[in-house]
Amino acid sequence: MVELGKTFLQAAIGIGAFLAIILLIYGLTTLLRGRAKERAQIFPFLGFAVIFLIVGLAIPAIRTIITSFYTNKGGTGLNVDTYIGLKNYRQIFADPKTRMTLLNNLWWVILGTGFSVGVGLIVARTADNMKNERLWKTLIFLPTVISMVGAGIIWRFILTKSSDPKHEFGLLNSLTGVFGAKPRAWLLQQQNYLPGLPHVNTSLLIIVFVWIQAGFCTTVLSAAVKGVPDSLGEAGRIDGATEFQVFRKITIPYVMPTIIAVTTTTIIAVLKVFDIVQSMTGGNYNTNVLANEMFDKAIPQNRPGYGSALAVILFVVVVPVVILNLRSQRRARELG
Amino acid sequence: MAISLPLSDSIPLSDAPPRGTERGPEPPLGRRIATFLGTRSGKIGVGLLCILWTIPTVGLFVSSFRPANKILTTGWWTVVRHPQFTLANYRDVWSTTGGTSLGQYFFNTVKITVPATFIPIVIAALAAYALSWMDFKGRDWVFVGVVALMVVPIQMAMVPLLSLINQGAHLTISGHTFTLFVIPGVKGSVVSVWIAHTCFALPLAIFLLKNFVQALPRDLIEAARIDGASHLVIFTRVVLPLAVPALASLAIFQFLWVWNDFLVATVFGPSDLKPLTWKLNDLVGTKGTEWQRLTAGAFISMIVPLGVFFSLQRYFVRGLTAGAVKG
Repeated sequence: MVELGKTFLQAAIGIGAFLAIILLIYGLTTLLRGRAKERAQIFPFLGFAVIFLIVGLAIPAIRTIITSFYTNKGGTGLNVDTYIGLKNYRQIFADPKTRMTLLNNLWWVILGTGFSVGVGLIVARTADNMKNERLWKTLIFLPTVISMVGAGIIWRFILTKSSDPKHEFGLLNSLTGVFGAKPRAWLLQQQNYLPGLPHVNTSLLIIVFVWIQAGFCTTVLSAAVKGVPDSLGEAGRIDGATEFQVFRKITIPYVMPTIIAVTTTTIIAVLKVFDIVQSMTGGNYNTNVLANEMFDKAIPQNRPGYGSALAVILFVVVVPVVILNLRSQRRARELG
Repeated sequence: MAISLPLSDSIPLSDAPPRGTERGPEPPLGRRIATFLGTRSGKIGVGLLCILWTIPTVGLFVSSFRPANKILTTGWWTVVRHPQFTLANYRDVWSTTGGTSLGQYFFNTVKITVPATFIPIVIAALAAYALSWMDFKGRDWVFVGVVALMVVPIQMAMVPLLSLINQGAHLTISGHTFTLFVIPGVKGSVVSVWIAHTCFALPLAIFLLKNFVQALPRDLIEAARIDGASHLVIFTRVVLPLAVPALASLAIFQFLWVWNDFLVATVFGPSDLKPLTWKLNDLVGTKGTEWQRLTAGAFISMIVPLGVFFSLQRYFVRGLTAGAVKG
């Protein structure tokens, strides 16, 4: 209890100090008069935001772009010293390991997004006509609020292989054991069951992501499906449209902006996925993804130049999706 | 918490869709799926899917209360036949004597999360007010800049921001290095995590709050102005009370985001103030087979988010549909 008290005291001091600074600056502006006061008062309101955004985001982002053309020959942590042009980028695309990483990212985007939005749409549409709708949607949504590291532990527990084959306690190995299959260390499985599909271990990581993300998709899509005016469907039915035609020709077009917004939000989340991979495989066994590799290279391995180049690649891929997302969110809001 | 499953009485299990009543060409797959979903078996299927979705969490929850020797030899589902529960795992991971002292990390997470939720939202609310109700040149351009920064992923700003916080800003011109500024007392303290979270939260927070604050009735704010109210009074007495729904939704999402965050705390957190998520990931590496500890530890990290979710559910839907999700 003492510990809890100290914790909150420390948090309160931080918050209090911050509020005091703002009020102090505001207090100073009230000493001025007329237009000068009007102008000065912009600062306590907007100043912090602008400083944080420029110093904390805009300049660092530009510095990351510059850093990506450098390397640290001296090897001093975060600082780079030697200009090497596009060499970091060439190395990224030449290294078969990194190419594997990029390919994994592609699978994450296709399968992770596809299944999350697919499950979301199916549950949103069906639960709408089910009893206890809220209960069902709550069950799906639950994983969304827990941390990805926590989710990683939950799924490692499902996929775990016991050191004693007589006593399997992992859910998946116990299930496959019922059918007579040998227990496996699932996260080490680098083969693919069907040619062209991602490795078994990467697919399992994607399943963890879908497990987390589907609840988000369901909730947002469900709100949109409910927003479709009943009169539209009724009018269609009177004109002799089947239930499926109503769904495809009225519901889907009506919620299309929301589907795009959900899809793009999910793609952005997929591209930045880091915690799941870090806590489940650490990016080993060919399961690496861009965001994890960027972290590994820049921080533990002390290669900020190479890490920055990976960050820039991530940025270039994310930008068009974010722009699409902002547009579709605006449209979804206008309609909803 | 008791959850009653309505499967037994409301949805008869035997009601399969009528087969073979229609002849002719096979309907397309999408149509068959849609038709199936409309039937009772479709609903049962979705119900089962929802239950399936809960099984991983239930397994973790049940396991965290089982004795260590049971967890490591039998599946958690066997508790149905041999129920045996204990709180020993929680005592073990929470205390300093168990070698994990998650209690300490739990408080670290609180120390990080509360200010890292509060500060960005206050800054964003102030900025939203300025961008909506204060007149100055270039106002629209500031907002365009905010929206533009929404595209910057954390990874893009992470490393330079870290070096800025730890080393200050320096400028090197032809071999001479000038120190522009050093932020005193921030390196190695929890403040660096607060700053990092604030930077990464601001674009979306300002964007959402500005949209909300701008839509407040103009008459109200004009009336307050004519009465001679200052900006601070209008902001605290008129705008903030009206913006409570938006602020609440945003606060919940920021709170959860910071509580569950792993990346920012790992990169920016000083070594003696790492959060729960960091410790859990560390445990996976060092005690990856001690499931009695991992299950209890993971559940400790989930209690607060689950509590927030169940008590504030309606704000969730509102926030999600307003786009309050950081991708």
